[in-house]
Amino acid sequence: MAGRKIRVLLAKPGLDGHDRGAKVVAHALREAGMEVIYTGLHQPVESIVSQAVQEDVDVIGLSIMSGAHVPICRKLMKRMADQGAGDKMVVVGGVIPANDIDELKKIGIRGVFPGGAQFSEIVQFIEREAEGARQQP
Amino acid sequence: MGTATYIRNEKDAIQEVILESGIRVNPFYGPEDLSRIGFDYSQDLGDPGKFPYTRSIHPLGYRSRNWTTRQYTGFGTPEETNERFKLMIGHGQTGLNVAFDLPTQMGYDSDHPMAEGEVGRVGMAVDSLRDFETAFQGIALDRIGAGLTINAVASVMLAMYQAVAEKAGYSREAISATPQNDILKEIVGRGAWIYPVEPSVRLIGDTIEYSMKELPRCNPVSIAGYHIRESGCTPAQEISYAFTIAFAYIDEVVSRGYRAEDFVGRFTFNLNVFGNLWETVAKFRAARKLWAKLLRERYGVEREKSLFLRGIFGGGGSGMTKQQPENNIVRGAYYALAAALSGAQTTALCSFDEAYTIPTERAALLSLRTFQILMDEIGLRDTVDPLGGSYFIETITREMEDKILEEMEKVEGAGGMIEAVSSGYVQREVARRAYEYEKKLQNGDVIKVGVNKYTEGVDMDVELHEYNEQWAQLQINRLKELKAGRDGRSVDQTLKSLEKAACERKNVMPCLVDCCKAYATVGEMADVFRNVFGEYVEPSIF
Repeated sequence: MAGRKIRVLLAKPGLDGHDRGAKVVAHALREAGMEVIYTGLHQPVESIVSQAVQEDVDVIGLSIMSGAHVPICRKLMKRMADQGAGDKMVVVGGVIPANDIDELKKIGIRGVFPGGAQFSEIVQFIEREAEGARQQP
Repeated sequence: MGTATYIRNEKDAIQEVILESGIRVNPFYGPEDLSRIGFDYSQDLGDPGKFPYTRSIHPLGYRSRNWTTRQYTGFGTPEETNERFKLMIGHGQTGLNVAFDLPTQMGYDSDHPMAEGEVGRVGMAVDSLRDFETAFQGIALDRIGAGLTINAVASVMLAMYQAVAEKAGYSREAISATPQNDILKEIVGRGAWIYPVEPSVRLIGDTIEYSMKELPRCNPVSIAGYHIRESGCTPAQEISYAFTIAFAYIDEVVSRGYRAEDFVGRFTFNLNVFGNLWETVAKFRAARKLWAKLLRERYGVEREKSLFLRGIFGGGGSGMTKQQPENNIVRGAYYALAAALSGAQTTALCSFDEAYTIPTERAALLSLRTFQILMDEIGLRDTVDPLGGSYFIETITREMEDKILEEMEKVEGAGGMIEAVSSGYVQREVARRAYEYEKKLQNGDVIKVGVNKYTEGVDMDVELHEYNEQWAQLQINRLKELKAGRDGRSVDQTLKSLEKAACERKNVMPCLVDCCKAYATVGEMADVFRNVFGEYVEPSIF
């Protein structure tokens, strides 16, 4: 891919502190040549969105284990739209039951990667989607 | 997760087996292995119940006492939790293991903006003593012991447990609570931290000191190597990190002028059971032995009971898979077997649906039955340490001991656990291991059935534990009512005294009990500490 590296903000929204998944994915994306910024724990949605805007990232990756993914994603997407950042790609990983995937997609989450997803799957998805987004005028 | 690495030849024969802790397993073991390690029965094992307790801390093991089963329980409102507690006790469970929701764990009341979407989700919501009164209503607090799975505000919950018991007419000498209360492992592995390291460790010191004087049957700290293992470390690291964390807490209390001998017998451990069966058994045998020896050497502890490695050994959450979830029922049975062969004294088992949801009633009951079948049908109570004396087990128990000591030296080289956590050394090491493991899993160096081998099969529909969105509103309404009805002046006064004690570095426990009895909220008490201590800032680990 020409130009700058894909920039990813990996975030742990809300109160859940289980960050094994987030850290492992951070390693994997970095090894795949992306630039990864990890927010650390207990991030309010507002601060995730403002970091995404400030850092001008291409992708926001959320890692959520507590089961609160739907309300958190809804809040984040609204905030993104309010901040004029609605075009950024958002992907979610964690303990996500299959039944919730459609709901998340409806909210505007581009990719959902429940526990057990392969690194290659996540990397390829982000590369493909980010490339597509850059080609748009 | 948590299998060994296998190197195979082109005919699929196993060439090498490397356990997670780095121990290489031979094709067979014999008497020459025992001579090589200089095995000596009385030095290395001793009879069960005798120093160094490798075989068991009790002379008769499960014959004299079946294990205590404590399934992790709690969700929604205190009413729902009370119902589930009673159900599990009715089914023969002998202790409680209380799950709190994330806002409670993080010291936020249910109406705090950060609590949105989380109230009652992964555990029960507790805002004040009123909620404890509901949750423990009708439970014999002098007979049923309770693990309180909370850390950053464990001091608050221990005080609240005393308050609820006293209000119900039990003496504080009669109650038995085990708050988890291990903030260093939260910082490394589970993330439910609030305050900076130094005052957090001081709060733990307060609970230990207070229990020593006022709560004779409480175990004020349960050091949870468990969560660090879940985060990715090896079994040897799990034990070495747990022990070096324990040393940090011991040192805190010793610095107040007490002898380790007087309180360390109340420490318990929460350690993980999953992965390779033999490595698990070796881990627990080595850990019992090392703990006793290290306490003697480092702190001069002599009293027998104070040297026991006690605790809850079980769980195995990260061994469970999302793929083919029914396989987890079988895995759970093997983990329970491993726990029994390891001499676990108290145990709990993650449920087969745990990768999807917090356990449904059916799944939690199945875990309990798994234990009961082992103990009552299969013969695990027959004799103590049934694998003791095996050439293989004794050799790898010794090798495990060496690996644990090696990892402990690394932590001590980084300045001890408090320093190693503050600098991010342990977090980096754990994250690196987790990534390496995940890569091995994805490229097939470690095998996980249904995940990277034998993947054709049924993915059943898992019945999900229902989260009721109305619990939050219910809880918030109740909090409003509480605040309107309580004696505001006594709340203010008790909170002020708490603040004063925290500022003056006095033991905060008596003040916390007063706050709880005045129906101050968890958020109010936690905020007093937030104002006095500030908040923890994570070191960058990448």
